[in-house]
Amino acid sequence: MDGLRFLPRRFWIALIPILYIAFLLLPIWWLISMSFKTTNEILGGFSLFPQTWTIENYMVIFTDPTWYSGYINSITYVVLNTVLSLAVALPAAYAFSRYRFTGDKHLFFWLLTNRMAPPAVFALPFFQLYSAVGLFDTPLAVALAHCLFNIPLAVWILEGFMSSVPKELDETAYVDGYSFPRFFVTIFLPNIKAGVGVAAFFCFMFSWVEMLLAKTLTAVHAKPIVATMTRTASTSGYELGLLAAAGVLTIIPGAIVIWFVRNYIAKGFALGRV
Amino acid sequence: MKTENQRAWFLVAPVVLLVAFNALVPLMTVVNYSVQETFGNNQFFWSGLKWFEEILTSERFQAALGRQLFFTFTILIIQIPLGIIIALAMPRRGIWVPVCLVLMSLPLLIPWNVVGAMWNIFALPDIGLLGYFLNQVVGIDYNYTRDPVAAWITLIAMDVWHWTSLVVLLTYAGLVSIPDAYYQAAKIDGASPWAVFRYIQLPKLSRVLTIAVLLRFMDSFMIYTEVSVLTGGGPGNSTTLLSIDLVKIALGQFDLGPAAAMSLIYFLITLAVSWVFYTVMTRNEGK
Repeated sequence: MDGLRFLPRRFWIALIPILYIAFLLLPIWWLISMSFKTTNEILGGFSLFPQTWTIENYMVIFTDPTWYSGYINSITYVVLNTVLSLAVALPAAYAFSRYRFTGDKHLFFWLLTNRMAPPAVFALPFFQLYSAVGLFDTPLAVALAHCLFNIPLAVWILEGFMSSVPKELDETAYVDGYSFPRFFVTIFLPNIKAGVGVAAFFCFMFSWVEMLLAKTLTAVHAKPIVATMTRTASTSGYELGLLAAAGVLTIIPGAIVIWFVRNYIAKGFALGRV
Repeated sequence: MKTENQRAWFLVAPVVLLVAFNALVPLMTVVNYSVQETFGNNQFFWSGLKWFEEILTSERFQAALGRQLFFTFTILIIQIPLGIIIALAMPRRGIWVPVCLVLMSLPLLIPWNVVGAMWNIFALPDIGLLGYFLNQVVGIDYNYTRDPVAAWITLIAMDVWHWTSLVVLLTYAGLVSIPDAYYQAAKIDGASPWAVFRYIQLPKLSRVLTIAVLLRFMDSFMIYTEVSVLTGGGPGNSTTLLSIDLVKIALGQFDLGPAAAMSLIYFLITLAVSWVFYTVMTRNEGK
């Protein structure tokens, strides 16, 4: 008797995530469907599936340098930013998790406030700053600018993971005669692998999705794909198919990265740090 | 217990240098512009707090702030309860867990302008799936480029689509970390599902939920790219949020003084609200 009542309830509960995921996938499916249609078909009227499948939109992106160089530029600054953020955030997070020093709490909050700075506020001064130091229109400029919000985030996440490693580990290693750098690389880092993975994931994610600063700090040589897309949309008329194909291709790197860290995501969130 | 060690500053120094370069120099630039007036030719004159008074009393700023607050409030009211419901309904173990997590994280990793473009295409009244469905099948006259109400509904639907997953993931992580013993005790006491939620799950979730509200407040208050691609602030000014208005003044009209004053006011509002959340959060942690 109990089982009979139990089953329908479980069914209704399972329906909630299913409906939600369907809602999430609907616009994505529409984008994919659009990307395989010809321009004539798109402008000709409504159709659920492409009537004549075409890969022409994708061919344009893979053969035209103004398109594919956008992807290369984006990936360059995202990787640069992730490496840079982690390299400086790791020692800092260690300091915050292990030591008390003058101004530590204020410093930590000040770092976090930078995560709260609206990019729209900084767009113009960033343009002037990076022009002044001669980095304008290089991937390095975007990578450095994205440090503004990614370093505080990385420090925050890593500090959480490091604090869950017992302090005895450090003390034993120092007693055994390890120097700080050697201890940090050979003993400590392997212990917080998951944390480094989660931090790298979020740095990658926030650098990859940001557009306003990336667009403001580049012109021709380092133009990211997100800027190529908006400029194409406004200048060369209504090439929806091409725009859709470019959009689909921007989803792929994120999807790959999620797949690799899927087992760590919940853990990273469990520490309550994003 | 942490040990006192001033040399820890050496470990923090690279972070401080990099963030200070990115934060303090631009911030000083903004402060500098906000108290000066320019007539071009790089000539600047001291203008005191004139721009701040002008911005704070201008109807345009007040309207944009009002729209911003309405937007942030609406998406919080929708996303937080919806996120909790979905997280509660998700499976706790088994092969469906990673599938759910990966599919739900997908919107979070799409570049923000692509999110805007995607919803733009999705909602087009003549050839978009949503627009076509509403116009032809349901029979509502729906056109987000003409009708402010339709534009707002599209905007809010887009944000719910984009960010509810963040609330789901946070809540889910909080739920998974509740020990089984709590549920067993509740079962012995014969607690109803509502009582389990109200007296066990909700108190245990208070920390992650504070973080979720804080993050959603911050990010929705700073939203720019998605809105600018979807509606561009239109039709008219009906969806011109704070950041859209700011970029229009700063990069469009190049009014440096008013734009800088507005930037500072904008930043201070975000900071003040976030600070309240942060204090509440760290106070609860201390207990």
